[in-house]
Amino acid sequence: MTPMILSWWDIALAALLVIALAGLSFWQRLALERQILIAGSRTIIQLVLVGYVLTLLFKEAAWPWIALMATVMLAVAGYEVMARQKRRLVGGWGYGIGTASMFVSSFTLTLFALLVLIGNEPWYQPQYAIPLLGMMLGNTMNSIAICLDRLLNGAWQQRAVIEARLMLGQHWQQAISELRRDAMRAGMIPAINGMAAVGVVSLPGMMTGQILAGAEPMQAVKYQIIIMFLIAAGAGFGALVALHLGARRLFDERQRLRLERLRNAE
Amino acid sequence: MRLASICLQLAAGECVCLSGASGSGKSMLLRAVADLDPHQGDVLLDGQPCSQMPAHDWRRQVAMLAAESQWWFDVVGPHFEQVDHALLSALGFGAEVMEWQVARLSSGERQRLALLRLLSHQPKVLLLDEPTANLDYDNTLRIEHLIKTYSTEQQAPVLWISHDAAQIARVADRYVVIDGGRLRQVVP
Repeated sequence: MTPMILSWWDIALAALLVIALAGLSFWQRLALERQILIAGSRTIIQLVLVGYVLTLLFKEAAWPWIALMATVMLAVAGYEVMARQKRRLVGGWGYGIGTASMFVSSFTLTLFALLVLIGNEPWYQPQYAIPLLGMMLGNTMNSIAICLDRLLNGAWQQRAVIEARLMLGQHWQQAISELRRDAMRAGMIPAINGMAAVGVVSLPGMMTGQILAGAEPMQAVKYQIIIMFLIAAGAGFGALVALHLGARRLFDERQRLRLERLRNAE
Repeated sequence: MRLASICLQLAAGECVCLSGASGSGKSMLLRAVADLDPHQGDVLLDGQPCSQMPAHDWRRQVAMLAAESQWWFDVVGPHFEQVDHALLSALGFGAEVMEWQVARLSSGERQRLALLRLLSHQPKVLLLDEPTANLDYDNTLRIEHLIKTYSTEQQAPVLWISHDAAQIARVADRYVVIDGGRLRQVVP
């Protein structure tokens, strides 16, 4: 089966649905029409731009450009992780810890997938590298952001408990262990739920896309399984790294809780 | 706020009470001695400076008790590394207290158990930040008695923040007031 080619007319027809929704919002005085239209326009502009970038990238397939693209994606993802935290570490730490843990989880696992599982020639072939990295970053970003938010906000709220534990002679790791465990659990829930519900409740986007593009369903399923496992592992490893670095930064070399290293983002 | 240079020496088994207006730096001083906040100067225990001891070792030996105790597990037992049954009964508890839910303890029970938890580590020095502030008279006397007994038996010095003149008269060997960031000894 060859994929059906979509024309700009098809897109215009789909856009009419969004415009109709905006009109409905105006008629019902929901005051959402502006947001709907702006978001819809952003979808078109951003995706078309990415389309051009990818077309160029696929034609060239030169690794410096791919590396540049990957770096930009990582930098934006690191910013997103920081932006979602209510209380952030001051200085470069808020951005640095999020980005470093995204790097460890997404970059290394994407490399592993490209080199060991897919085994293309050359391994950095952008048709595989960029979408894979994008999926990894997008999904691990959620987990890491939730973990760090729980940890830092929790430390702020549970200051008295953490200090009481320090006063009993506990190490900093012990004094913050329950909080760290809770944060890890909260961060892993999306990835675990994703693995458990996939195929029954939801058909994942990548698999659906491959099938729409004419791939064999079983081939698409295999890709999806690999992706799900990579995402779960990436979310877990990334969260562990982020929690370790974040928790360490909350204490100084004398194991004192240093909440002045946090600032409220609101 | 800053504390001026403060020089205070506690003898073995001595109980020094400390008071001062709110915001005068009493808790700040205690937290600095416990090494919970960054501070200048040094604190020595038997001639050994705090800065040369691992932080958790220091806090285990120079133990601090606050007015409000903190609990992080649902039941009492897991908060204790070891239980001194003699102390437990001295405070009016049976062994079954370890199974109790923390949420159902009264404030007096909480504070007595918090003191027990602290003493079970056999600290060499006690720093007490208004440990009986939220307690009724009976519980206050029990806590005082336990602290004094421990201090005498273990020869542990006690630095005790208190505002209660009667309490200070009952427990203090020496009484100092903190004022304008400086310590002033009160002669009885």
